[in-house]
Amino acid sequence: MPSNKSVSDAPITQFVNCRILKDHKLQWEDLWVREGKILNPEKLFFDEEGFADHKVDCEDKIIAPGFIDVQINGGYGIDFSQASSDIRGGVALVAKKILEHGVTSFCPTLVTSPSDIYHKVIPELRVQDGGPEGAGVLGIHLEGPFISEEKRGAHPPKFLRTFKAGGLADLMEIYGHLDNVAMVTLAPELANSAAAIHELSGRGIAVSLGHSMADLSQAEEAVQHGAKFITHLFNAMLPFHHRDPGIVGLLTSDRVPPGRTVYYGMIADGIHTHPAALRIAHRAHPAGLVLVTDAVMAMGLPPGRHTLGQQQIDIQGLHAYLTGLRHLLSAFSHVFIHSFLISGTTTLSGSIATMDMCVRHFREASGCTVEAALEAASLHPAQMLGISHRKGTLEYGTDADFVVLDDTLTVRETYIAGQQVWRK
Amino acid sequence: MRLVILDDYDLASEWAAKYIRNRIVQFKPTADRYFTLGLPTGSTPLGCYRKLIEYHKNGDLSFKFVKTFNMDEYVGLPRDHPESYHSYMWNNFFKHIDIEPQNTHILDGNASDLQAECAAFEQQITAAGGIELFVGGIGPDGHIAFNEPGSSLVSRTRVKTLAKDTIVANARFFGNDLSKVPTMTLTVGVGTVMDAREVMILITGAHKAFALYKAIEEGVNHMWTVSAFQQHPRTIFVCDEDATLELRVKTVKYFKGLMHVHNQLVEPMLSVKDYID
Repeated sequence: MPSNKSVSDAPITQFVNCRILKDHKLQWEDLWVREGKILNPEKLFFDEEGFADHKVDCEDKIIAPGFIDVQINGGYGIDFSQASSDIRGGVALVAKKILEHGVTSFCPTLVTSPSDIYHKVIPELRVQDGGPEGAGVLGIHLEGPFISEEKRGAHPPKFLRTFKAGGLADLMEIYGHLDNVAMVTLAPELANSAAAIHELSGRGIAVSLGHSMADLSQAEEAVQHGAKFITHLFNAMLPFHHRDPGIVGLLTSDRVPPGRTVYYGMIADGIHTHPAALRIAHRAHPAGLVLVTDAVMAMGLPPGRHTLGQQQIDIQGLHAYLTGLRHLLSAFSHVFIHSFLISGTTTLSGSIATMDMCVRHFREASGCTVEAALEAASLHPAQMLGISHRKGTLEYGTDADFVVLDDTLTVRETYIAGQQVWRK
Repeated sequence: MRLVILDDYDLASEWAAKYIRNRIVQFKPTADRYFTLGLPTGSTPLGCYRKLIEYHKNGDLSFKFVKTFNMDEYVGLPRDHPESYHSYMWNNFFKHIDIEPQNTHILDGNASDLQAECAAFEQQITAAGGIELFVGGIGPDGHIAFNEPGSSLVSRTRVKTLAKDTIVANARFFGNDLSKVPTMTLTVGVGTVMDAREVMILITGAHKAFALYKAIEEGVNHMWTVSAFQQHPRTIFVCDEDATLELRVKTVKYFKGLMHVHNQLVEPMLSVKDYID
């Protein structure tokens, strides 16, 4: 007799013997789920006189909100920036595989590409709910092409663009469509960027600063126009300087409008950012830290040659080789366990660390609490995207997307809408 | 009365919990014959609730065939407010045990007709066959439930306005903002509790000592409403040393001397496991 059915007939599941992340703390509490949402058991008890249909014993494990990856370029051989013959199939494959890493929602990311790629790919990467088939697509992250040439990183120079007027016309000319777009990374020092930032923010698209030569005042102006994220802090931007903090200075800027938070992505794979730099950022502005994988198509793949957007890279074993050359870049070989190089350069180009690895590495490197590490992968990205009323938390009424982890923060089970979609 | 004196708060809480456990297990409640339990809120019974939850988790005690009736609830406080007595009972007791929601009864402080709500509560108690064991506490002013000094000793469930002292004392739960503290409550009457077949009053702490003295060593007086239980055939007062500080040495020695008799009520500890066929 689950309830007096005054609200719903649907079955109720109660997860017991678990510690759940609630109010920023891990607490010994049960988690109740009904119809894909987290249920308030007190209301169920007093209003509906209901109780659970089935109980799941979590054997003292941790339950955290499902991880949200807002920067992922592909994986398992799929490159989101390629207009393959089966774009949707490709996204679906990645979406399914990343369930193993505890990711329940993600933003497929497109690096700087020619206009026809955008026109072809964007309509195919639809926003959709997650489920047993895979993690949910929250929207596309367009990383480029309105970025700085000097700080383009792995992005191909010939497809970089500038704004003519920065308005909707520019954006539509390049991208073709803005439905299904959740985020855009751009360089605010480009002329007329303010108009673009306004236009995008006004449509609910999160504007992120990255691949940029902007100084702090340009970055602050961009924030005032609506920008709210920094793409992979430290990478592809001017380094912090004590008289010219650059974009990094946004972490402690006093010109952020009241009530707003500037969030920043960090690739906590042990390579893109030195642990000491990770710690400095975290300590300066812990509430804004968002873990991202920036994973490339090689993530999850065996050794060989691969493409990233419009360029070619080689992986052999766990190390990177320059295409066509026989020697390893010895200065860097010992660190490229989870990363690789673009042919002919020493530029990092995305990582192959998985989100759960990033959570573990962040915790070890920063010495932060388990709660902080988990929130950096769930609550903070949800807050940045403005969806924390339904994702990224275990509050009553939110979507029941969560992960079951053991004390080493290894993912054991993944749930979407209250349904188990993966188990180890 | 029985005056059971334990050394400290934890031991007093444990004794009380053991007693309740033995009473329920011995009663062998079934779907046709529920055990009806009256319950208090506040800081005093928290230790007792923790022990009862422990017994339940060990499989020794089940609340499946227990009906509960709480003593009181604030008027006008949203039911899901963290300080409401509904929240208290859910968080400190109900969510940890196997009690069925329809077997719990707490006065609804947001009912549209408060008097009707109180009358209905009395009827629910009658319909359940009366209360087998009513557990309560005592206020520093000697009140039982919210029967403030001056309450009739034959009173029934009704609306009561809180005394200024009580409101000030409660302010700490409402961010020290007096304007946020409820001023009215629904409470069982002294008479309602007197109707129970057995009453157990938990009293711990030195700040309750004077009230205990007034309740058991002075006369029956509506200014110290717990004193009414001097005229109840089966009352147990469970307290710690500190609560006895205002009593006569003679009283304390007498009842301490009876502990071996009192302990027969809690030893051996009974378990539902012994009765499962």
